[in-house]
Amino acid sequence: MSSTTFLDAKGLACPMPIVRAKKAMKDMQTGDVLEIHTTDKGSVSDLTAWAASGNHEIKDQQQESDVFKFWIQKG
Amino acid sequence: MRIIQSSEVAKRVIAKESLFILDVRNETAFEDWKIEGEQVRHLNVPYFDLLDGIEEIEDQLPKDEEILVVCAKEGSSVMVAEILEEEGYSVGYLSGGMKAWSEYLEPVKIADLKSGGELYQFVRLGKGCLSYMVISGGEAAIIDATRMTDVFMDFATERGVKITNVLDTHLHADHISGGRQIALATGATYWLPPKDAVEVIFEYAALEGDTSIQIGDTKIDIQALYSPGHTIGSTSFIVDDSYLMTGDILFIDSIGRPDLAGLAEDWVGDLRESLYSRYKELSGELTVLPAHFMIIDELNEDGSVSEKLGVLYKQNHGLNIEDEKEFRELVTGNLPPQPNAYQEIRQMNMGKIQPDEETQREMEIGPNRCAVR
Repeated sequence: MSSTTFLDAKGLACPMPIVRAKKAMKDMQTGDVLEIHTTDKGSVSDLTAWAASGNHEIKDQQQESDVFKFWIQKG
Repeated sequence: MRIIQSSEVAKRVIAKESLFILDVRNETAFEDWKIEGEQVRHLNVPYFDLLDGIEEIEDQLPKDEEILVVCAKEGSSVMVAEILEEEGYSVGYLSGGMKAWSEYLEPVKIADLKSGGELYQFVRLGKGCLSYMVISGGEAAIIDATRMTDVFMDFATERGVKITNVLDTHLHADHISGGRQIALATGATYWLPPKDAVEVIFEYAALEGDTSIQIGDTKIDIQALYSPGHTIGSTSFIVDDSYLMTGDILFIDSIGRPDLAGLAEDWVGDLRESLYSRYKELSGELTVLPAHFMIIDELNEDGSVSEKLGVLYKQNHGLNIEDEKEFRELVTGNLPPQPNAYQEIRQMNMGKIQPDEETQREMEIGPNRCAVR
């Protein structure tokens, strides 16, 4: 069974959302999902590029008012 | 580690000094838009690929030259610069990142006017926008002002002159105009071509043929220079009988694109008429001062962007297409991508929307793309 780790990166400015995401991913198994919430607009394209560069897969992506939500599966 | 301001980068780009930039934005952002200069070399590696160290790029970094680390807003470049410094590199980061670079204006004096005033060009290197200030007899006029209104108002204050007139050559689609805000803050008259201002929701003075505006002792002559094509209202001005402000109709190495208001097919004829008939009747000795440049090669030695009209008729490819059909194809079929958020920018310049400053910055991200080459 894969599990989901939640990371609240709201209010954090670049580069912190990705620094935290990378750290969280380290302790996860391949196939596990990281759910991350951010408010930094730059994090949207950076998370996408970072996931691609690390062979992770973005399973879902949503925006609720000012909060960007990503579900990224560890590759 | 040095904190490097956009003003220093601008001066080094203009002086064609060597500059090594480690741009740590993601690849898409870098490909879209970067700091350009004749002697600027880049290495683009996203910051998230450097979190575990810089071993993999060490052979690509200069050991005997300062490295300028650049990112979108500064945060990531500070982090990467710290890593480089620990490894013994000479390093600095761009204060405020590409956001600050996009907003930086370098004032360059174009000329002392015959009638006793001065003419300045404000070069927005990060976005390719050009604004102007005519100063004469204690008064100032600003043409095609950008959103950074403080720069213009401070410049006028430092010189002890009062801004009395603010003009836009057309309704801009690539950047947010500061014209109306400056007019509101200073009590100056804001001039817009009425054909571009049909939908605007604020008061303006109609800028059309037979209008002549006096700035101190300098005459800004607008007569007979209605020059549609980029927009239906696009209007050119002659300042002090010597300087032709062409707006987005004619650039140094390119010409205006007619499609940003969605009417390329309708306006291509106007564009041809303006470039191949109306401007041709003017003196070749006029110095062309456009509202944009596209590539850094268009800068003169002193950082200004200008050229004699006669020279442009010899050198600018867009002015030398005999065949009307070929011209039509160039400006309607061969267009670069449209500028970021150009529809929202037009709405904002009409006064219809008023987003906060952060949103305005986001709207203006990227290059201007107002021209076709």
